[in-house]
Amino acid sequence: MNLQELTIHELSKLLKDSEITSEEITKQYLDRIEKYDNEIGAYITIDREYALKQAKKADKMISKGNASYLTGVPIAVKDLLCTKGVKTTCGSKILENFVPEYDATVISLLKNQGAVIIGKTNLDEFAMGSSNENSPFHLTKNPWNKEHVPGGSSGGSAAAVAAGFCVGALGTDTGGSIRQPASHCSVVGLKPTYGRVSRFGLVSYASSLDQIGPITKDVKDAAIILNCISGKDLKDSTSIDVDVPDYMSVFDEFEKTGLKGMTAGVPKEYLSVEGIDPDVQRVFLESKKRLEDLGVKIVEISLPHTEYVVAAYYIIAPCEASSNLARFDGVRYGHRSKESDELIDMYKNTKHEGFGEEVKRRIIIGTYALSAGYYDEYYGRASKVRSLIMNDFTQVFNECDIIISPVAPTPAFKIGENRDDPLTMYLSDIFTLSANMASVPGLSVPAGFSSKGLPIGLQIMAQRFDEKSLLKSGFGFEKSILAEAADSSGPAGKFCEL
Amino acid sequence: MKISKKDVEDIAHLARLKVDESLVGKYAEQISDILKYIDKLKDVDISGAKLVSDACFNTNILRPDVPVKSGGPAVTLANAPDRRGDFFQVPNTIKPN
Repeated sequence: MNLQELTIHELSKLLKDSEITSEEITKQYLDRIEKYDNEIGAYITIDREYALKQAKKADKMISKGNASYLTGVPIAVKDLLCTKGVKTTCGSKILENFVPEYDATVISLLKNQGAVIIGKTNLDEFAMGSSNENSPFHLTKNPWNKEHVPGGSSGGSAAAVAAGFCVGALGTDTGGSIRQPASHCSVVGLKPTYGRVSRFGLVSYASSLDQIGPITKDVKDAAIILNCISGKDLKDSTSIDVDVPDYMSVFDEFEKTGLKGMTAGVPKEYLSVEGIDPDVQRVFLESKKRLEDLGVKIVEISLPHTEYVVAAYYIIAPCEASSNLARFDGVRYGHRSKESDELIDMYKNTKHEGFGEEVKRRIIIGTYALSAGYYDEYYGRASKVRSLIMNDFTQVFNECDIIISPVAPTPAFKIGENRDDPLTMYLSDIFTLSANMASVPGLSVPAGFSSKGLPIGLQIMAQRFDEKSLLKSGFGFEKSILAEAADSSGPAGKFCEL
Repeated sequence: MKISKKDVEDIAHLARLKVDESLVGKYAEQISDILKYIDKLKDVDISGAKLVSDACFNTNILRPDVPVKSGGPAVTLANAPDRRGDFFQVPNTIKPN
């Protein structure tokens, strides 16, 4: 069995047909991680006993006939989500030994269905970064080319899926942190609508932008996980009580109608973004043509405030971060500095020893922008610009069902290439930030490769709570790519070699 | 907007954050660059635009006021860096002479 190729829906069938047990497959994944993850660095924590205990429980569920798609399936989880009894570091020294007393709601939902949480994946500290280079524990390497970053901040989850270290994974996305690493690692990543999935137990970075979502090998698997984790949760007052459709129904719909009748908008402002890599440009144009061939009508649209998205985001997110991260003061949990005999010094030294450079930088920007005299000029203005960005999106969805764009301006860059230039790193988020700012869902689906063999994804966005359109168009697109790949001898392989 | 090394130190103090002396200059430079970029927001006509908090998140979400069992001190204090009995213990709030 090729562990890299195995999808959730395929494994689910094997488990239900008693071709394999969850315990056997979980052991195979654990062995593969043990053998190869020292080369990739996808995981921070693997707890073999914890995983196998869940697998045995899943096997009992299956034998009693209580299995769902996820029962017995090994799933990796970004280490920003609380797991009861298992270390949750948030990729930070400040929480290096933190063991939560409760599960995040998404973890409870996965466990209720019998999914096996196989391990906790690496990330940029507190999800602040686009490359996983901001983890204090170790680098994560791109399984397609180990000299390159896997993207971030859910780089560990994307690398784990691409390298066959799990069947599917959860990531979180505040400004592209699911979609960008998915694009860089040639896997599927879906950021749901803000409020679709409970954030309870997700350690907050920027609360009005954070959202949890699946990173998977194909679009169908993303739908399976989304079905499991969506819905209103009393423990998260920002989760929204909107009916959750059966996301698996879109695949039947696709078989009946294909993508005919759908309209995709291409924002004219995105085409003039500076610094787009020629390979990214090429793959985007090919993808547009592919959708057109599938019957999708392509129209040019305008998102006039695109130019201001990065600037508004890099005020709002650090402001919220500076407030959220104030809780890590060494009093109730996490690291406490031993170098202080007075409270204020203890706070300062604790954060100094616990936080990395990027986290400190964002706390300083956020604290500055929220300080007396600057609040209206920065946070107030950025928040108003954000509502204009939201209006842009509301308007364009009168003209189209989905919006298509590249995910990132370049394929995965080399490790260390952008490390000392935060502004350049921030500007690379241009295509993904809007979905978070406008609270709309976004999908990254593998679309091709650069001339150097690095993966490139296509981003699809839709109206709030219209994840179905993302899944349907993403599925049609994926099916077409795979059909072509099977017929060609180019860099068609969907799976990287370790 | 350009910020100085002293600004960085003052803001870090507000955030109860110690920053290495070697990093203060680098932060002042990098954050000045970032704020300079952010200044482009001044070009946007925001007259009539609402704060996002007013435009989208303006409804109070309440849940039924029903008491539920809590984990108690064992859970709350499980990760305490220092404790005395059922209390978090912290250093002196006033510097000893």
